[in-house]
Amino acid sequence: MTARWIRWVVGVLCVAVLVGAIYFPILRRRLQLAAKLQQQTTEQARRELTQAVPMNPGEPRVKARLFWGSGNSDGLLVDSTVELPLSSDPVLRSKQVLNTLLAGPVDAELRTLPPDGVLLAFYLLPNGTAIADFSEALATATPSGIQSEQLAVDSITRTLEANVPGVQRLKILIHGQEMETLAGHLDLTGTFLVNTKGVQATPAVATPVSAPATPASTDKPAPAPAPITKPGSSTGAGALTPEKGLGKLAQPERKP
Amino acid sequence: MADRFGMLLDVGNIVRMKGRARVGKSFRIGTLLFSLVVGAVALSFSSQAPSQTTPAVSATQSAVPQTPLTATPQAPPQTSSPAVPRAGLNVVVLDPAHGGTDPGARGTGGIRESEIVLDFAAQVRRALEAQGFQVVQTRQGNEDPSFDDRSAIANAQGGAVFVTLHIASTGLPGTARVYVNSDLPVTTDAGGLISWDRAQTPFQGLSRKLGDLVQGLLAQRFKGSPSTAQTAAVRQLRTTAAPAIAVEISSVVVEDRADLDRMAPGIADAIATGIAAFRPSYVVPTMGGTP
Repeated sequence: MTARWIRWVVGVLCVAVLVGAIYFPILRRRLQLAAKLQQQTTEQARRELTQAVPMNPGEPRVKARLFWGSGNSDGLLVDSTVELPLSSDPVLRSKQVLNTLLAGPVDAELRTLPPDGVLLAFYLLPNGTAIADFSEALATATPSGIQSEQLAVDSITRTLEANVPGVQRLKILIHGQEMETLAGHLDLTGTFLVNTKGVQATPAVATPVSAPATPASTDKPAPAPAPITKPGSSTGAGALTPEKGLGKLAQPERKP
Repeated sequence: MADRFGMLLDVGNIVRMKGRARVGKSFRIGTLLFSLVVGAVALSFSSQAPSQTTPAVSATQSAVPQTPLTATPQAPPQTSSPAVPRAGLNVVVLDPAHGGTDPGARGTGGIRESEIVLDFAAQVRRALEAQGFQVVQTRQGNEDPSFDDRSAIANAQGGAVFVTLHIASTGLPGTARVYVNSDLPVTTDAGGLISWDRAQTPFQGLSRKLGDLVQGLLAQRFKGSPSTAQTAAVRQLRTTAAPAIAVEISSVVVEDRADLDRMAPGIADAIATGIAAFRPSYVVPTMGGTP
């Protein structure tokens, strides 16, 4: 009786092992297929986002100047000319050049922005302040450092300056939110100067990277500072008064 | 507070030791009275301490070296020597960036910016002390004070300069750059107050002068470094009410950490020499807005 029971168990186990051996490669293929499909879906979603502004072949092709890194680890930008069918609308035009900038140059070493970065939205206020909303990858994948973060922002501002005349300043949001810094160093609570020729008195502007600081004008000490007030929040994020409303895209920037 | 506990525990130990020595009840009563007196003195000092929610700092207040009026940092700063109030520049606030859960830039070889800047800060501190400066660090260990807490340490000093130390992810290895904050327009409210968020505004000229001095010295020591300071919208500098610079060293991508460590003496010497050269041109702003 016992011997027969053992034979049955061994037989069932052998069948199970046989079935498992046959099924395992099939299961593996299915998993690989599912992963591939998911990857394609993610890629498709990203492509849809990045190509929200399709290049209109009807528009005349113009030479766009895009600013990427020099590749010499010197923190400098060099401009490249790319022929694009740019729209005459400043918002669409800005999206087109920024998407091309994000797509990157042929040489990946010259990239200033992470390859996963996506321009989620772009607005232009009547006073010339643009608001560019990027995906989180811009903050998480930009190399941490003053030079690298400034290089990333500078490539955006200089590309806008060269191709979209109406943009005076730029506010950068990350996934719809105002961030305190880009990747731990560069201040994102203010706006960055875009149009360096038509400089206006703007709060919290950033000048291009590698621009030498203006030499100290005199040996005299700076004028005595007025008293300083500290906001209640210890983080200081979003506390710059003139631009605070921009974080939520609720109201236009007040002129200083 | 921990010091107070420490004192009480020490007293308890003394009591037990004396008890074993059979000195008697009179000593215990004396010890108790002594503890009460120490406690009362400590309480009176703490009641005179500044409030952590003090909302404003005035130029005149910040010109008084021994009176911190702003929010205190998460970790109390440690000074190298007792404060010696005197006119002019006498305090350097050193800020090793990042720390805690924020490692800063990370190299493929496991190099973490937050750790290296602490080691650099120790060398810079020694070089500054050799020049006669009192040095205050924003963090001593692996803490991560907020930007405002770090600035508050400098803002509470009189006659201080602020130096924040960074290691870059990029840049030509073996070079160092000095950054000063981008120009901010001087704006005050109706009461003549400057927002905490623009605390750097009145010091921009001095920051540039200090930055150029230090950068010039760095350029002599590290070939390939720029000759003058750069401008950038560095968050840490914006809220600092003192001449403030950021020094960024390239970079964490070096394969061997020793390559960075070898730069430390030169960096320390350039910063200390630059600040010493800057000293005569810095006058602490005084009451009434006159320098």
